[in-house]
Amino acid sequence: MKRVLSMLVENHQGVLSRIAGLFSGRGYNLESITAGVTMDPQVTRITLVCQGEDNVFAQIKKQLHKLIDVIKLTDLTEIPALHRELALIRVRAQASDRGEIFQVADVFRARVLDVSLDSMVMEITGAAEKIDDFLAVLLPYGVLEIARSGLISVEKGKKK
Amino acid sequence: MEENVGITGAQLLVKALREEGVQHLFGFPGGVVIPIFDALYSAPDIKVILTRHEQGAVHAADGYARSTGRTGVCLVTSGPGATNTVTGLATANFDSVPIVCFTGQVARNMIGNDAFQEADIVGITRPITKHNYLVLDRKDLGRVIKEAFTLASTGRPGPVLVDLPVDVVKEMGEAEYPASVSIRGYNPVYKGHPGQIRKAAQALKKSRRPLFYVGGGIHISGAAEVLRRIVRKTGVPVVDSLMGIGSLPGDDPLDLGMLGMHGTYPANMAVSHCDLLFAVGTRFDDRATGDLAKFAPGAAIVHIDIDPVSISRNVPVGIPIVGDARTVLEQLEPLLEPADIAPWLQSIRQWREEHPLVPRSGGRGLGPDKVIQAVCDLYPDAIVTTEVGQNQMWTALFYKFRHSRSLLTSGGLGTMGYGFPAAIGAQLGNPGRKVIDIAGDGSIQMNIQELATAVQNGLPVIVAILNNGYLGMVRQWQELFYQRRYSSTCLRTGTECPPSCPGPNEDCPVYTPDFVKLAEAYGAVGLRVAREQEVRPALLEAGRSTRRPVLIDFIVEREFNVFPMVAPGAGIMEMSFGEEGRR
Repeated sequence: MKRVLSMLVENHQGVLSRIAGLFSGRGYNLESITAGVTMDPQVTRITLVCQGEDNVFAQIKKQLHKLIDVIKLTDLTEIPALHRELALIRVRAQASDRGEIFQVADVFRARVLDVSLDSMVMEITGAAEKIDDFLAVLLPYGVLEIARSGLISVEKGKKK
Repeated sequence: MEENVGITGAQLLVKALREEGVQHLFGFPGGVVIPIFDALYSAPDIKVILTRHEQGAVHAADGYARSTGRTGVCLVTSGPGATNTVTGLATANFDSVPIVCFTGQVARNMIGNDAFQEADIVGITRPITKHNYLVLDRKDLGRVIKEAFTLASTGRPGPVLVDLPVDVVKEMGEAEYPASVSIRGYNPVYKGHPGQIRKAAQALKKSRRPLFYVGGGIHISGAAEVLRRIVRKTGVPVVDSLMGIGSLPGDDPLDLGMLGMHGTYPANMAVSHCDLLFAVGTRFDDRATGDLAKFAPGAAIVHIDIDPVSISRNVPVGIPIVGDARTVLEQLEPLLEPADIAPWLQSIRQWREEHPLVPRSGGRGLGPDKVIQAVCDLYPDAIVTTEVGQNQMWTALFYKFRHSRSLLTSGGLGTMGYGFPAAIGAQLGNPGRKVIDIAGDGSIQMNIQELATAVQNGLPVIVAILNNGYLGMVRQWQELFYQRRYSSTCLRTGTECPPSCPGPNEDCPVYTPDFVKLAEAYGAVGLRVAREQEVRPALLEAGRSTRRPVLIDFIVEREFNVFPMVAPGAGIMEMSFGEEGRR
């Protein structure tokens, strides 16, 4: 099962490698990891997506929590949260296909960033599944290149 | 602050060591740490113990720390000096030993250039330290050192490495060393949850077959006293992990000894038949549990540990309590009552009688188990270190430890070469106590160079080598599971040996080295013992040495095995006692 963890960590050198090293060293599965500084320049937010059975995932959380540089760890798998991923996709686009691809992009609310003689670059933001769906539709045209950011997530606010 | 104001980084380090109460520093110099050793030259109150190898320095700091409870400190140079600490740090990390290890590093502007003697030691030691630091700003130095000492000695203790670029060490800066630091991502829990503790007390009260299972956390937290009170009050029996040995006196009728692969029969049977396993400061290591599916099959499990990671990792725990072993046991103590468990104690007495733990050797040369019994009879209050392998298991079985923090052994990592340097550290930290390293002839050679350190510091450590001419534990497995094919385990193998060994015989090449001559070459006392009646006189003679280490080369039966034994992968009740396969 896919799990999402959001962490606040000290903005020290080597923090990312401590976390990545924990996963590789203990044989845990790490799907994506993203990092960016928060409003406090000494604190970085890391979002990571991993796979694991319940007992393995419980260990992953404890092991991450044990790292001295991890200040706070939130499991966003079970609580209401917003998850977004960004992808940049270069798709083959001959003049004859362009119109169709524009329409598809519109349906998925993707933005066209660049159009050239035989290809287009698009930007799409959304849940990972939405990006997967978008890619599936683009596949027949020929996807030439793709860059995905990995998931970033925040907890939803209280509604009452 | 202006440049050239204040003190150098090296001077601040010395000041920090003083404020931390460091009396001994184990180290080895090199290019980039000359400024630090120079500052130490003017600090006679901090005794620098120059080992002959950096691994020896870390193990010595480790033995010092385990035996005294104080943080062990080492200082080594960059590159190879730093990489030589790796085994020592991993050993300490596994067994939760507080160590602060300072490594030199090339100057900041050289880092990453593949400079002479450069190594990314922070990267290398990340998974084998509790935490580590590279100090890139002189302003951070005091705080980082304070954090290192704080992290090493609190919570679940462990080694912390601080990497010091030479220019940071030389740079002038503020002289202040903080009295305390707070680390926001680090808040170890000492006190147990009262509700969970009540539940644990109730479980103990209800249980008809309760059993304590205690580990190294008892020694680390200083819980031996409260544990002993609880055992006296409740009458509940105890099994120890290798690291937990000495929590209860080894001759206490309620101490069933070590559990696990080479555990005692009553310990393994009690674990297999208890209805409540009450674990304290231990981590259900695979050598202790054997096949998890057959481990304590009928038992509810309580687990007290300061490290949440250790709880419910290998064995699901019904009543987890995160906290310091001593604090939680002190919280628990008033809730406990004498247990009404006479039939359970009767079964345990029966198991004790069925397979009593007695030396099995005899007839084919000196028995290593009898040597250890003699060591125990003559020096019952000693600090005993071990190497790793058969010597370690025989010590665990046949030396009856009376005191906490008295068995120093590499339990988790299983580091050959640990025992002797650890004994040096222990002797420095405990000048009044007898310190004995029970060694194998294989493992002693992994750090034998520290004989020079022991001689030059006037340490009367006794090294008892159980010399069977083999890497005995691996040989035992080869005998039992690999049709006695002694591949690379015979330390007497020479060019004249046939490709397939028929087993030890009169034509075997002579042993190398001659340990007695080697000891003498170093200026230590060397003795050789091959017969049972010489064992005690030699040990007594060794005990009379006050300023010189004594190495005793006990020539023991060559193919003697450690029993009881549980085959790898089997359940711990499936024990063999070696009678049938005895050569």
